[in-house]
Amino acid sequence: MSFLKLTDVTLKFGGVTAVDNVSFSVEKGEVFSLVGPNGAGKSTIFNILSRFYTPSHGEITFEGKSILKKQSHEIAGIGIARTFQNIELFHQASVLQNLLVARQTHRKSNPVSEILFSPFVKKEEYRHRYAVEKVIDFLDLQSYREKFISGLPYGVRKVVELGRALAIEPKLLLLDEPASGLSVEETQDVAFWIEDIKKVMGITVLMVEHDMHLVSSVSDRVMALADGKMLALGTPDEVKNHPAVIEAYLGGSEEVGN
Amino acid sequence: MRIIFKKSYEADIRYFKDRVQASWYFILLVLAVILPFVINDYWVGEFSLMLIWAIAGMGLMLLVGHTGQASLGHAAFMAVGAYTNVILQNDFNIPFIISLPLSGLFAGILGICVALPTGKLHGIYMAIATIAIGVLAEDLIVILEPWTGGVGGIYAPAINIFGINFDRYTNVAELYWLILAITVLIIIGYKNILRSPLGRSFAAVRDSEISAQAMGVNIGKTRTLSFAISCAITGISGALMGHFSYVFTNETFNIVISINLLLMIVVGGVGFIHGAFLGAMVVTFLPSGISFTRDAFFSDFHIIPGIESGIFGMILIAVILFEPMGLYGRWLKIKAYFELFPFYRKDMFRRQKTYLKTERTR
Repeated sequence: MSFLKLTDVTLKFGGVTAVDNVSFSVEKGEVFSLVGPNGAGKSTIFNILSRFYTPSHGEITFEGKSILKKQSHEIAGIGIARTFQNIELFHQASVLQNLLVARQTHRKSNPVSEILFSPFVKKEEYRHRYAVEKVIDFLDLQSYREKFISGLPYGVRKVVELGRALAIEPKLLLLDEPASGLSVEETQDVAFWIEDIKKVMGITVLMVEHDMHLVSSVSDRVMALADGKMLALGTPDEVKNHPAVIEAYLGGSEEVGN
Repeated sequence: MRIIFKKSYEADIRYFKDRVQASWYFILLVLAVILPFVINDYWVGEFSLMLIWAIAGMGLMLLVGHTGQASLGHAAFMAVGAYTNVILQNDFNIPFIISLPLSGLFAGILGICVALPTGKLHGIYMAIATIAIGVLAEDLIVILEPWTGGVGGIYAPAINIFGINFDRYTNVAELYWLILAITVLIIIGYKNILRSPLGRSFAAVRDSEISAQAMGVNIGKTRTLSFAISCAITGISGALMGHFSYVFTNETFNIVISINLLLMIVVGGVGFIHGAFLGAMVVTFLPSGISFTRDAFFSDFHIIPGIESGIFGMILIAVILFEPMGLYGRWLKIKAYFELFPFYRKDMFRRQKTYLKTERTR
């Protein structure tokens, strides 16, 4: 049984088929990357997995259970966390508060006891804070703990987003372009973190990324997409040298002369 | 500048940052308690009114400042609180100490009923829907004449708790202390919301609904809950307002009050509890300030109709143009200037433009 399995997933926006009969499965403990030119449907697949979109056709199972019956806010609860391509942090809050929001799925207290701030709520706050501090230590965010997001540089925001997804303590992590807009050094950091997330934390990673260097250095398997269709699937090297992939990125040989 | 050395998670959870801050608030509380011994009954009344406005402001602040939803019909929930409170006392002989929380609860439940159909609306559409609620409430009060007294109004009975009288006219100081105690309780509850998962889920919904969902926050439930708590607090302020104004009609809680409430929190500073209080001071003391100034300097003038609304409007425009964070924002800047002297920079509080937003899927 596959960890995450997509079967014939199709999504149409009016006349446009954003995702066309895509099937693949992610095994537990691997780093699986989706690559492809802009508009290939990579982010759309992520939004389907987050249940922001409902596929017109197909089935998605996570740990053997269908996720299509879940609503978007229930996805984090079953252990799927995600980051966003263009950073969707809570801007008017501190880094610490941003990470604490991610503990929502571990919330056991009810609103009434929270208004009264009962001893149980306080104990829970300590527990959440401890979990968040582990993430802060892992990503070296200590010096930014109290800072507001609106004043942070882009690279740090990117790391905070990763941290917020980790604070959920997920089983599957969806990373939407974790290295876009980052410098070479920051991208290397991301590569190390992805290795650690996989090996130390034991979290399965599904990643969308354009930086082929990062993709080849961390991924176990890669799938290439173009125009919503699957082009190739295999190890990073196999996919990089696949004729269909080269055609999608560089254009077909017969078109060169035109 | 004070640097707080945090040794435990408790330092980020407790109400005050350190002893210095705690003592300032303690001094403020002591001053508030001894106020009736220092000033005359007229001004004690004004301060009671200020606290009532501040409670209503906190109610709206939770919704607007912390959950990012607009409401232009909150006077309706003040009315619900005021009428429920008096009807429970007059017709059902329920003592004030029970009828007050019940009126808050009832306003909260009505808030849920309003939030369920309007919960999916955003921005201007939400504002329009809530204006409709405000207008509807005025008419409903007239229609429900057997209970509400219609256009003739309804009289609030004198409050009596365990033999102590809190009459509007004879026990001004006692009524003030009662209102002060309720205000303090609501501030504590509000602070608790802000430091618990509930407040963080509100902030998450305010700043980015899409990622709030990805974090496991149920948007609809959170928004409804915020609306309900907001309405409950506003309802309690309405109940107190009923006792304070002694008699009230369908016109006491009209649309102008809703606009005043919104003006209050914008002028005070959206997103801060302090903002509700600073805004309430402006709304309460400006009318008396205007009339005193007029009497002192322009004694030959008659009352100019609309001057209050005019000045309120100008203040609102000035605040939006020059100090979007309101009076409390200005105070924070002054404080930072002195704490960091001489290292304060002009653009320290300039808000960064948010660049890059995902394609919103809401």
